[in-house]
Amino acid sequence: MAEAAAKTAPRRWSQRSIAPWLFLAPGLIMFTIYVLWPIVESVTLSFYDWNGLYDRDGNFTGRFLGMGNYRELMTDPAFTVSLWNNLKWLVLYMLALPAGLFIAIFLNQTVRGIRIYKSLFFFPFVISQVVVGLIFSWFYAPNFGLFYKLIESITGQGVAVLADPTLVTYGIIAAGLWPQIAYVMILYLTGLNNVAPDQIEAARLDGAKGWRMLWYVVLPQLRPATFIAVIVTVIGALRSFDLVSIMTNGGPFGSSRVLSYYMFEMALGEYGFRMGYGAAIAVVLFAIMMVFISGFIWKMWRDERER
Amino acid sequence: MVHKLTGALALGAVLMLSTSAFAQDKRVVTWNADYDPIPLAAAEALIADFEAANPDIDIQMTNFDHEAYKNAIRNFLTADPPDLANWYAANRMRPFVEAGLFADITDVWEANGLKDALASSVPSASIDGKFYAIPYTYYQWGIYYNRDAYKAAGVEVPGPEGLTWDQFLANCEKFKAAGIDCVTTGSSALWPVAGIFDYVSMRTNGYQFHSDLAAGKISWTSPEVAAVFENFGKLQPFVTANHAAIDWQDAAALLVQGKAANYVMGNFAVGVFKEGGMTNDNLGFMVFPEITPGIPRAEEAPTDTIHLTSGAKNPEDAKKFLAFMASAEAQTKWNAAVGQLPTNKNASVDAADPFLTAGFQALSTATGGIAQFWDRDADAEYAKVGMEGFQQFLVQPDQLPAILDRLEQTRLRLYPQ
Repeated sequence: MAEAAAKTAPRRWSQRSIAPWLFLAPGLIMFTIYVLWPIVESVTLSFYDWNGLYDRDGNFTGRFLGMGNYRELMTDPAFTVSLWNNLKWLVLYMLALPAGLFIAIFLNQTVRGIRIYKSLFFFPFVISQVVVGLIFSWFYAPNFGLFYKLIESITGQGVAVLADPTLVTYGIIAAGLWPQIAYVMILYLTGLNNVAPDQIEAARLDGAKGWRMLWYVVLPQLRPATFIAVIVTVIGALRSFDLVSIMTNGGPFGSSRVLSYYMFEMALGEYGFRMGYGAAIAVVLFAIMMVFISGFIWKMWRDERER
Repeated sequence: MVHKLTGALALGAVLMLSTSAFAQDKRVVTWNADYDPIPLAAAEALIADFEAANPDIDIQMTNFDHEAYKNAIRNFLTADPPDLANWYAANRMRPFVEAGLFADITDVWEANGLKDALASSVPSASIDGKFYAIPYTYYQWGIYYNRDAYKAAGVEVPGPEGLTWDQFLANCEKFKAAGIDCVTTGSSALWPVAGIFDYVSMRTNGYQFHSDLAAGKISWTSPEVAAVFENFGKLQPFVTANHAAIDWQDAAALLVQGKAANYVMGNFAVGVFKEGGMTNDNLGFMVFPEITPGIPRAEEAPTDTIHLTSGAKNPEDAKKFLAFMASAEAQTKWNAAVGQLPTNKNASVDAADPFLTAGFQALSTATGGIAQFWDRDADAEYAKVGMEGFQQFLVQPDQLPAILDRLEQTRLRLYPQ
């Protein structure tokens, strides 16, 4: 009896300890193959100068450079432009938060056909970024674009936003904000559903209304929604690629490049095939994203422990 | 990534095709190409001719999407090389030659007397004296103009002998007064500006200068470069504003509508002009005006090529086909169907097409040399930085010192002195 107990105890112990790993295994394996391994590969590649070709025997033709690619990045004006543009994206994309909140509050009412209005406002998020980019590039198009014509009729001189090196990034960000606002709006709309009506009622009895009601009563209850909205907006801003690629190809003369597009241009673009240099840009972008991702994970971790 | 993926898919398709191919007693030659529908039909006709003459050889062509091909070739040359592959001449083929992926076909050139027949393409088809390419087609660049726009602005329509640089600039003043863009371009894809720059550069300093500049041998701070930008600057005020936001096809529309008078372009644009409603009556072609008197005239004519891969399984029969593609008959037939120029000097062009005859004339009398175009003569990275500089100059001419400084920095980094 005692022997049997001694035998089963370690078995149960091992079953308990193995089971979670078994359940985690598919995820871990996928994560290792598709996330961790590429990160290691990218970082390794960033120390090489390689044009993406193997010779006919299948040997790697790269040349080890050490920190050479990173040193070059430091003095590369195109990299500086991309970095600044990423910063502009990051800051201006945050406008999606107040704008999305405003629309959400505006739509959070019960009138006839409100579902239709909500769907219409959500529409830009559903359509592909490629379509958004095309719509906006026609909107800005010199000579026949709606925006161009509008400015022309007001000032007498049209502005070709996508040809102007100082305006082009703002023009693309405006296009990106359109679907992003819709996304944030949906997040806030679901958040508003969960706002406790009794607290609103109580605040109203205490004479709170307008801004004060929003700031002290509604917003604190929307914190989870705000948190998610900030995260998706930051990530959306940092990985902005499709719009730049569709609307300008980074031009005119590279003024609208962002890091992700510059990475693509260097590694896979028609005049690129500098795999190592592209990988170095990717590593820098990854490091920037890591700051935000760590913050996100740290907060989740803290919230879990408080519970 | 998307590009890579399509490349990989296409590669998968190749593998499936090659395994399911009917294996009879014929000797198979595989050929990977990147043709649009019209050139594809022309190439298939050539294959039929070749197979009729060589009944024991079976040419199996796999056609790729044009853009996807640029990535696919990097995969299939190592993973599963065909016998033959399409690509481009000059510096564009250099990475593949240096990686040992394209085979030396100097013997094909010598056995078929191609050094004579394809004389104008010798520099672009060879690297360090060895030949790696069979050039089978090219097309001229030059100025396409709208005769109606000339008439509307009251400017005399250029004759077949073209214009002088001063006449051209004087015309531009008149066009400007009439509210017509003298020179149009659409540079959102960058390369169209390189055409204008190359011509100004070759007309100012000649072919060798263009070649050396593209090879990084000439400093951007040299007086010769300053002279080029001075002439480029004379043209700058007359170039369509906002060209940086439009594609070359959009600029073609401006020429068709008579909103622009001249367009520095390649002959492939004629199809677009004609689709827009222009005819041989109002569409004209002239060579780019002479700038520095007495410099031998050089022209731009990018060449398309076929290569034997190093991993070819049937190089002997593949070389037979290469010799066939270099022949005057094959080139006459293919180029007549596609509307481009044969590189074989014994081939003939359709006399009824004024643009082809003018182009053939312009290229065969270009004593200065035939340039491949900035982005094929220069190394890819250098080409890109250069084209961004040219585009920026056309938008912000006052930034010239900064542009030249950046170009010079790039040159010193890529070509350490």
